[in-house]
Amino acid sequence: MTTETQLARFHMIEFDSGATLSPVEVAYETYGELNAAKSNAVLILHAFSGDAHAAGIDKETGSVGWWDNMIGPGKGFDTDKYFVICSNVLSGCRGTSGPGSINPETGCPYAMSFPPVTIPDMVRLQKMLTDSLGIERLLAVTGGSMGAMQALQWAVAYPDAVASAIPIAGTARHSPQQIAFNEVGRQAIMADPDWNEGDYYGRRPPARGLAVARMVGHITYMSDASMREKFGRRLRDQNQFEVESYLRYRGSQFVDRFDANSYLYITKAMDYFDLTHDRHSLSAAFENVKSRFLVISFTSDWLYPSYQSLEVVRALRGRNCDVAYCELPSSYGHDAFLVNVAEQSELVRGFLASTFRGI
Amino acid sequence: MAQAFVPQLLGRSDYAIISQIVEPDTRILDLGCGEGELLAWLAEHKNVDARGVEISGPKVQQAISRGVSVYHGDIEEALADLPDQAFDYVILSQTLQESTAPLKVLRDMLRVGRRAIVAFPNFGHWTVRLAHLFTGRAPKTKLFPHDWYDSPNIHFLTVDDFEALAQEQGWTIEKRIFLHGARQISFLPNLLSEVAVFLVSK
Repeated sequence: MTTETQLARFHMIEFDSGATLSPVEVAYETYGELNAAKSNAVLILHAFSGDAHAAGIDKETGSVGWWDNMIGPGKGFDTDKYFVICSNVLSGCRGTSGPGSINPETGCPYAMSFPPVTIPDMVRLQKMLTDSLGIERLLAVTGGSMGAMQALQWAVAYPDAVASAIPIAGTARHSPQQIAFNEVGRQAIMADPDWNEGDYYGRRPPARGLAVARMVGHITYMSDASMREKFGRRLRDQNQFEVESYLRYRGSQFVDRFDANSYLYITKAMDYFDLTHDRHSLSAAFENVKSRFLVISFTSDWLYPSYQSLEVVRALRGRNCDVAYCELPSSYGHDAFLVNVAEQSELVRGFLASTFRGI
Repeated sequence: MAQAFVPQLLGRSDYAIISQIVEPDTRILDLGCGEGELLAWLAEHKNVDARGVEISGPKVQQAISRGVSVYHGDIEEALADLPDQAFDYVILSQTLQESTAPLKVLRDMLRVGRRAIVAFPNFGHWTVRLAHLFTGRAPKTKLFPHDWYDSPNIHFLTVDDFEALAQEQGWTIEKRIFLHGARQISFLPNLLSEVAVFLVSK
């Protein structure tokens, strides 16, 4: 399956902060065919560093989509049955408008003058995209990690537009621990002199800071067990541990494809996300939801531990919502949602099929 | 003593009885639903809104793969989360004798559901009594095949025990069905029934 990223452009988007952006562009890909009733659309929501290229092989670069093992003909998100959409988030750096985009008023990149972004802002832009594709009601919204937060936001903000939601390894709000790790990443970037208050476009970017931020991130995505198995105490060179070499490699690789300012904006959006904000409780947040839910967590995920998924599940059950929940066994930590594909595929396949039958 | 022959559903007589009790288009919660076979059958044939609770991860995966909405967790906790009268029937099949707080579970079933369907193996069956009397050891029979040290059963009850509890708690027993093998019986149920199915309301 070869794929191509497309671009949609809208006149304007209004942010939660009251700021506006005009125009706004969103990069997206689609797989499979939309049926005549437009009832088989599944929206994939990417995690922090993901992009619109969720599946297939990119026509130009030849790169494989980040959730290719879950999306495609006969796979969990079966593109023979469903029309699958994935878009890059607002404030991202992979085609959708973000701090690296050119401000038409100045002719320069927005940099830190880009408006602060929230998860609801990201979802609002996705809604504009699905509206423009003529889809009134999505069969499912789904994603892991930050994708799970967006899926929950979809179900809360647009209850009539979502038949089901599949939040995986996610949360309704970040814990102080999650905020803390994000803050270390942000400080690493901002401490790099090349960051220059965010004004580095056309110059040397804060590569060292961004690489360190990514190294911290990768530690939190793995587990003690998966790191022991993957690296042990093996030495790569005479005095460098395998794990050090791995983290440095991932850090330097990240610099080539990610914008440091997007890192700051998106992590802030994650940290500020709180479904209970302005409401008494999580239960109150779910007052108007109409969708079914399949919530999945993983035993070794200490970054988004199962208790956070359970908090969501219990609030939904308290409202007698239709919710399936499974904690899958895995040793891969938070990365499990990208790795433990066989079990997830079975769950998703059955859940989507019964949702599709029911609509 | 032998009366109506009970056909099996999915290989089980108690499932057949439960499927006869459950009315179409109702809301069902099955506690300890296993791989969700009964719920999937009821959803397909009786158009019920089917939900389940199951503690075993692999069974939960099977059930969700079947398209049944199952909660992966403990029955007592799962019941506590739910609002009052959210279901028409709450089913507890072959699990009462395994629960740590059976009375709490039964009370919560009747809070969460309009009716409870409870099926359990009858510890008063004559084979159990004889096994205990003659061997002087924890009874091991066809109904209770486990050694005492690896049995999942921790609360042993008889048909009469359940009747007495219902009376004491003021519950109404709307239906009582006693099974001996594949036959429904009514004579001396506390002695002769292997499995009892009760339809209870508050």
